[in-house]
Amino acid sequence: MLRRASMLLARRPILAARARPFSTDLPAAPSADATFTEAWTKVIPNMDPPKTPLSFMQPRPPTPSSIPSKLTVNFVLPYASELATKEVDMVIVPATTGQMGVLPGHVATIAELKPGVLSVHEGSEVTKYFVSSGFVFIHANSFADIIAVEAVPLDRLDVNLVQKGLAEFTSKLSSATTDLEKAEAQIGIDVHSALNSALTG
Amino acid sequence: MAMAALRREGRRFAPLISPRPITAVRSSPLYPTLEDEGPLGLRHISTQVVRNRMKSVKNIQKITKAMKMVAASKLRAIQTKTENSRGLWQPFTALLGDLPSADVKKNVVVTISSDKGLCGGINSTSVKISKGLHKLNSGPEKETKYVILGEKAKAQLVRDSKKDIELIITELQKNPLNYTQVSVLADEILKNVEYDALRIVFNKFQSVVSFVPTVSTVLSPEIVEREAESGGKLGDLDSYEVEGGETKGEILQNLAEFQFSCTMFNAVLENACSEQGARMSAMDSSSRNAGDMLDRLTLTYNRTRQASITTELIEIISGASALEG
Repeated sequence: MLRRASMLLARRPILAARARPFSTDLPAAPSADATFTEAWTKVIPNMDPPKTPLSFMQPRPPTPSSIPSKLTVNFVLPYASELATKEVDMVIVPATTGQMGVLPGHVATIAELKPGVLSVHEGSEVTKYFVSSGFVFIHANSFADIIAVEAVPLDRLDVNLVQKGLAEFTSKLSSATTDLEKAEAQIGIDVHSALNSALTG
Repeated sequence: MAMAALRREGRRFAPLISPRPITAVRSSPLYPTLEDEGPLGLRHISTQVVRNRMKSVKNIQKITKAMKMVAASKLRAIQTKTENSRGLWQPFTALLGDLPSADVKKNVVVTISSDKGLCGGINSTSVKISKGLHKLNSGPEKETKYVILGEKAKAQLVRDSKKDIELIITELQKNPLNYTQVSVLADEILKNVEYDALRIVFNKFQSVVSFVPTVSTVLSPEIVEREAESGGKLGDLDSYEVEGGETKGEILQNLAEFQFSCTMFNAVLENACSEQGARMSAMDSSSRNAGDMLDRLTLTYNRTRQASITTELIEIISGASALEG
């Protein structure tokens, strides 16, 4: 119990720092920034150099020597951060090579996602989202970043609209003339059939 | 004859007292005094000029206050979107790091600015930083091209760097900003411009009064490979297994394009937020200045008015005392 409390106390300042970092909490500028700053001040001495994204980000923890018990997941979309540093047991991502299960200690991987179902397993509860496409980065320190263009929980999908969309795109494919139209129709069919199997399967 | 004496007396006293009103008005040297002749040869100093000026300054104050309110409401709307999009670029920086000092041959500087003015100095800072980056990356066999988003940067950069401009995009905020629009834009840029490194220059929104000029670097897949091989920041990129696709290069290509569109989306939102915030503070200081100016003009107006009343009274009283005594 004492260990849990100290873990919570250790976690809270990190969250507070993420909310509004003070200048003392920011990591020391890494070497790439230093070369840039030096080169800048040599050429343009009158202006302050612009900041770079590294100065706005919390550094990631290094790879631990033993496999951690939980996987830390960041699931981001353009208009929201669905999950931010959430500790889970497992995620199953729809990579282009098929459904991929990610557990803590997974080998570092970069994978592209195809339209499909992403499920997050935490204890006994499973949250499922349908993702349109994106990327997943699995780092050696059991951090998983999932970046998707669009993701919806499965209960927000309407079966009838999915069927209608599938029929529409199939007819578009048969009537397509140029390669571009064929490719667009094919993409539509892929997404809708994935939606279909997500809802039924 | 008495009238003539009155007129003479009035005129004799008037020059003694008129220096005061004239100097009072001369403290604001921009407008001349208008003297008109009333009946009995009395002279009134006209307050018309001051009154006109006061009216226009008051209107300006009202307009700038309204602009500030509008900017505040737009800022509120776009600020939530921006904060939600901040998680989008962090995974890319965590994976690929950030190498603004990478030595590349073809640099493309994407300058993001606003379409409308009256937003303080943020567009000038963006343009200065873009020009600085151009200077930084100049050398033999190296070239820097500009892609401009927004009218204000276009106006400034067209003046001296016209030959380096590849693409100009304006009227970005006609429809509310969304990811689809920005990804189409990113696609256009990637199709039409050859690049080794894309540097996006924008103003990051830290708070309503603080905007930090920032540059985000997106490297092309070939340069990423080169940096990974040479070790250093990207050295452990090779340790990542790449799933799917025919070759690693294909996935890295998709990754670079996705990274560009995500960083662009965040950059455009942050710049829009900074624009509204800068406009709020510019309009606020403008209405405060107008208020100060109005106070000074009111004092001048009152002094002029009281001086003319005093003049009238003195003329009448001296005329009356001349009649009596």
